[in-house]
Amino acid sequence: MKIIAAMSGGVDSAVAAARAVEAGHEVIGVHLALSSNPQKYRSGARGCCTIEDSHDARRAADVIGIPFYIWDMADEFHEGVVENFMSEYAAGRTPNPCLRCNEKIKFAAVLDRAKAMGFDGVVTGHYARTRETNEGRTLHRAVDPLKDQSYVLAVLNRDQINGAIFPLGDTEKVDIRKEAEARGLAVAQKPDSHDICFVPSGDNAGWLRERLGSEVGPIVDQDGTKIGEHKGAYTYTIGQRKGLGLTVPTADGSPRFVLKIEPVSNTVVVGPREDLAVTLMRGEKPIFCGPEVLAVPTRGFVQVRAHGAALDCTYYMDNGQLVAELNKPLLGLATGQAMVIYEGDRVVGSATICETA
Amino acid sequence: MSVYLDHAATTPMFDVAIEAMNASLRKLGNPSSLHTEGRSTRKDVEDAREKLAKAIDCLPSEVIFTGSGTEANNAAIKGLYWHSGKKVVVVSSIEHHAVLDPAHWLVEHEGAELIELPVSSAGVTDLDFLQKLVAERGTEIALISVMHSNNETGVIQPVGEIVKIAGDIPVHCDAVQSFSKVPLSYKALGLFAMTISAHKVGGPLGIGALILRRAVEIPPLLHGGGQERDIRSGTLNAPSIVAFAAAVEAHLYDSKKVAQLRDAFEAGVMKSRPDAVINGRTSPRLPGISNITFPGTQSDSLLLLMDSEKVSCSTGAACTAGVHRPSHVLMAMGLSDVVAQSSLRFSFGSTSTQADVDYTLSVLPRVIERGLAAHAVGRS
Repeated sequence: MKIIAAMSGGVDSAVAAARAVEAGHEVIGVHLALSSNPQKYRSGARGCCTIEDSHDARRAADVIGIPFYIWDMADEFHEGVVENFMSEYAAGRTPNPCLRCNEKIKFAAVLDRAKAMGFDGVVTGHYARTRETNEGRTLHRAVDPLKDQSYVLAVLNRDQINGAIFPLGDTEKVDIRKEAEARGLAVAQKPDSHDICFVPSGDNAGWLRERLGSEVGPIVDQDGTKIGEHKGAYTYTIGQRKGLGLTVPTADGSPRFVLKIEPVSNTVVVGPREDLAVTLMRGEKPIFCGPEVLAVPTRGFVQVRAHGAALDCTYYMDNGQLVAELNKPLLGLATGQAMVIYEGDRVVGSATICETA
Repeated sequence: MSVYLDHAATTPMFDVAIEAMNASLRKLGNPSSLHTEGRSTRKDVEDAREKLAKAIDCLPSEVIFTGSGTEANNAAIKGLYWHSGKKVVVVSSIEHHAVLDPAHWLVEHEGAELIELPVSSAGVTDLDFLQKLVAERGTEIALISVMHSNNETGVIQPVGEIVKIAGDIPVHCDAVQSFSKVPLSYKALGLFAMTISAHKVGGPLGIGALILRRAVEIPPLLHGGGQERDIRSGTLNAPSIVAFAAAVEAHLYDSKKVAQLRDAFEAGVMKSRPDAVINGRTSPRLPGISNITFPGTQSDSLLLLMDSEKVSCSTGAACTAGVHRPSHVLMAMGLSDVVAQSSLRFSFGSTSTQADVDYTLSVLPRVIERGLAAHAVGRS
């Protein structure tokens, strides 16, 4: 096949490209320039947006022996990922921009462009596996549980999965580094990227405050009594305990947690830990990368964070929404997060959490 | 087959130049040394200088070897600015970055005022604008720098007329693209300074020259042994200098043949894609450069597709990170950034053949179709 290797400049995508070449594909390396001013984003050499990273990607492509180009996706990234990140927070939700980037950029803008140009698919360094089944290609967890990225790929639909190749899913990260070393790739020991690539400092709250302003608002308890002030409701997350700056103690001295964020009134509601408990979640805009989920309740697992636990649940479709009922309560779940349903190691589908109970 | 249509970026080195370079690499001797070996290398360098001076139509003592065309441009722009004691720097808006960037640097760091000369939609410097500027502010102008021909469109600039309008104001000309391709006389043009580079004319990378009027002492960029008239220090790169002169002397570039290939290519493109636009077509142009807009495409996609068809061409401009940017040259000619970003440069040279033209034309329809599809997806 003729495929595009999305190369971030990191070790994973470099090895993925090399493996795709070895598998007999005709591979062309592409680095996505995601910022019109690269220095403005991450300035270290561990993210995905710097000039150094594009040089690292180019060098890896040269060592592997494949052509290499840079695609300017700065506008698409800004509109599809950065602006969405801001508007979601402004609306009191907690988005995951990496999912959004996979959904809108890597396996949409890039894949669509690649297909239009006569390529068959996109290979990336994500840790996930696909399998060919009677019902088409399905998405599965990687063998390395610490690196498994099936959660952030669960936003892909069947077409996107069919255009995707993940050569690293069967290998542990530590072995990928060894393999990169053996292949003579200088990025072998490059640190992993963490955090959000367009928030260079890692300080999400500060980054949001700079862009959305820091309008002071009340922190109230469940009765609506004001017990403090905050600087921008969107910088808080459900379940947050630290950094609330509350000076009025509770009657029994127990800690308070953020229970609710109300963007319209710019209010943060706090309360006791037990009120964080969630046993049901509903998700909108469901996406299925395998057979569609039916209204019949089915036992499975739900995961709500990139590296969170897979929780026992019963899931079903109701009124166009994906519903998961938990067997054990979960503490602190924000709307805007993605709920991903698994059956064993297979990704069933995902949806954006819009309601919890 | 593979087709190289990027001669404006760099040219294949002529065999005679490679041989001259090899012979020189085997020789021992710093040309500044006073002993036998030194004198022998010095002779090679001075022979080369004389050959080049003859081709440029300048005095041998006016040839100052540099490490690149970029260095020569920097030395000229900054040196003439410091030399003049005046504040206004005038350059055309379509200069190469090796002229534009030192000019901007002077604005940011040395208090210069930069005036960019507009160009017509055909890519030619606006002489009326210059005339008016010189009439109004002539006494304040430190230097004027206008390229002999543009590296992206090949459009030849009216440098002789610019020199006349300039009067006593020193004029520098970046002749990197024109040298050895079209008739060019430093003396006849009446230039103060001029830049040339070896790798554009079948010579090696890493050697250029600043041609600077005799007895003019501009402050150097590089201080040291003062090897080149105290204007440029650094041990003379004898092998590259010798190869530079050998390439120029051999002059294997047949302007007529190259122009014929370019014309055949353009005719074929227009037949295949009638909506294509050849930028600067109505102006006098270098024989080898063809800059073509393919409406509804993006040049970075086209370059990738051309490359995978084994045709090497260029998109013109890219930023430090390698991101394709709309060409400042095409935008100065009045093209929108979207249109400027849908243009490719094909540049023919001494090794180009009719087979290159035929092959490129054969893959073009497929490339453009896919380029259109890719761009359509991006906009949806």
